[in-house]
Amino acid sequence: MSEPTLRLGHLYPSLMNVYGDRGNITCLQRRCRLRGIDLQVTSLDLGEGLEPEAFDLLFIGGAQDREQRVVAADLTQAKGAALREAVEDGAVFLGVCGGYQLAGRFYRGAAGEELAGAGVFDLYTLHPGAGAKRLIGNLVAEWEDYTLVGFENHGGRTYLGPGVEPLARVVHGYGNDGASGFEGARYRNAFGSYLHGPLLPKNPAFADRLISLALERRYGEATLAPLDDALELQAHAAALRGR
Amino acid sequence: MARARTLASVWAAKTAALASRRLRRGGGTAISGLVGLGLNPGLVHDLARGLGQGCVLVTGTNGKTTTTRLLSEMARAAGLSPLVNASGSNLMRGLASTLALAAGHDGALDDGERRLGVFEVDEATLPLALAELRPRAAVFTNLFRDQLDRYGEVDAVAARWRQALARAPADPSSGSGQGPSTSSGQRLALVLNADDPAVAALGEGRDNVTYFGVDDKKLDRGHLEHASDSLSCVCGARLEYDAVYFGHVGRWRCPACGRARPKPQVSASKVNLKDGRSLRFVLASPAGRANVEMGLGGLYNVYNALAATAAASALGLPQAPVTDALAAAAAAFGRQEAFEVDGRRVELFLAKNPAGLNQVLQTLLLDPGRKTALLALNDGIADGRDVSWVWDADFEVAAGRFEAVVVSGTRAADLALRLKYADWDETTIEVEPDIGEALEAALAATPAGACLSAVPTYTAMLTLRELLARRAGRAPFWQQ
Repeated sequence: MSEPTLRLGHLYPSLMNVYGDRGNITCLQRRCRLRGIDLQVTSLDLGEGLEPEAFDLLFIGGAQDREQRVVAADLTQAKGAALREAVEDGAVFLGVCGGYQLAGRFYRGAAGEELAGAGVFDLYTLHPGAGAKRLIGNLVAEWEDYTLVGFENHGGRTYLGPGVEPLARVVHGYGNDGASGFEGARYRNAFGSYLHGPLLPKNPAFADRLISLALERRYGEATLAPLDDALELQAHAAALRGR
Repeated sequence: MARARTLASVWAAKTAALASRRLRRGGGTAISGLVGLGLNPGLVHDLARGLGQGCVLVTGTNGKTTTTRLLSEMARAAGLSPLVNASGSNLMRGLASTLALAAGHDGALDDGERRLGVFEVDEATLPLALAELRPRAAVFTNLFRDQLDRYGEVDAVAARWRQALARAPADPSSGSGQGPSTSSGQRLALVLNADDPAVAALGEGRDNVTYFGVDDKKLDRGHLEHASDSLSCVCGARLEYDAVYFGHVGRWRCPACGRARPKPQVSASKVNLKDGRSLRFVLASPAGRANVEMGLGGLYNVYNALAATAAASALGLPQAPVTDALAAAAAAFGRQEAFEVDGRRVELFLAKNPAGLNQVLQTLLLDPGRKTALLALNDGIADGRDVSWVWDADFEVAAGRFEAVVVSGTRAADLALRLKYADWDETTIEVEPDIGEALEAALAATPAGACLSAVPTYTAMLTLRELLARRAGRAPFWQQ
């Protein structure tokens, strides 16, 4: 097999871009490069269409409120149908924080205004009002045999519908809604999470899972050579202690 | 009755500061201010009336402390008696403490006639400080993402500033009721960075605005840094740039509505950044042009010098003491301070957000002789608990530049990981969370006679500076 290629679509990189979101892309690039995988990153901005088959991985980060409104309109009009089709077809998707919220069915803001989401996940998000406490702090969650660590900072509370699984169980912090004990969501190969920090560099097992799923879907198999993750695991451990 | 309450709170604040110092708990500014404000919530307002020359507030994401220091030196050179809050004491309690400790036991400020308050104010505290202090001028340096877990988003900060400026109480004596005014009935003067779109927008529709900015095409980076936050015009369209100096700061214009960077009354041109330890530029202001030589380094200090000069201009200070003060400028607390330790020169560069860190990195790169570095990342409340921001700083620009790097602080491993993903040579990186141990390791890696660059976040800087001051035989900061 010649050098495997993966195509990553980065949704709204300049608008959905707070909390170090670009670290997730940097992480995927490096971990692919070290395995001889050519990860080609394409920006998908406002007004640009999306072909359902064009990408193996899709990523959307978080944003400030103003950007989130602009993006929600574009996401539903220009890209939503293709995104849903891609995910149904097994494409790997990761939405973090605001990007996770917008991948759901809808987001109802502090003043009651409703933003339609992309509908990738059967979930919705409610902001309980301007006076409500934001859910801010270090977050630790159990995911399969691993822990996921990072930081969360969100006003909205996310509620999962029957068509979606929680990604992880909260060990410390708030997660989706501060009450259910659920953190994030999973549907097929689509993942949503409130963990930034950013999510992938400090959680290398999760980063590699995304790469593996994308390789399997495209090439039918995936064997990732292990990497020297000493610093990654040290940062992971520090985040566990720092909670 | 009100006077008795003010006196009681002044005494209590002084006593608390004294006790705190006796117990070696630091400068005692926060605790004394809290005690004073607890007894009299209007303490700041009451005491500030004793400032014969009124006061100036300096706010913004980066540059507050150095701008405040420069402006106070300008005021001193002009024959005034500046009262300045210590670095880090920029919440209401810090202002209360500064005023209470400067007041005599009769509640009056010494040297009252010549007293000019020059206060740095936390971005989130600005609305309250405007209302309580009724300053003659308010200086806004820049606005960048910083501690999102604490301040909220950049747009929210800008909105709070706009509301505060529109709403600050009109002076009862002026009777006009239109917009903020000062205790002497003058309209509030705004001093704004013309090159930062979000800051420049604060001046729209107002008079009495002094803009400052840089006019130097050769400083154009040619692209926006990742740590750029205000990329959209007030009208919603995407801004375009004729020159980008750092972050989203530059010569901007809106292709849709025609808004553009206001022409600055105070500007710098022909900027020479030299080796990052000093600066030379041509300063233009309403008073004329002057060649400025300054003992501070980096483009960000050009902006600090401009902000202070523009504020001095807004206050009507004469030109000569302004340029004298710039020429004599010394580093503020933890900001480019240098220490001689064991025959090595340790230079301390506070960096607490992506834009500030990018500016520090650019400044370090000006001197290829900088071969060793100590970087420290803490996640204390004052640093911001969320360390994600290190991923928004462009460490990539310095990949391969340092021969030895010691990474420290409570989140040392997070920072080391960031450096690894920025393609810094992992074999040159040592992780040592303890700042004292890290300093020893970094000194050991630095040859005698060479320079160690230390780049800590805020609370890491406090720890590191105390160690450096002790090693260099200097007094603690509250005795300086």
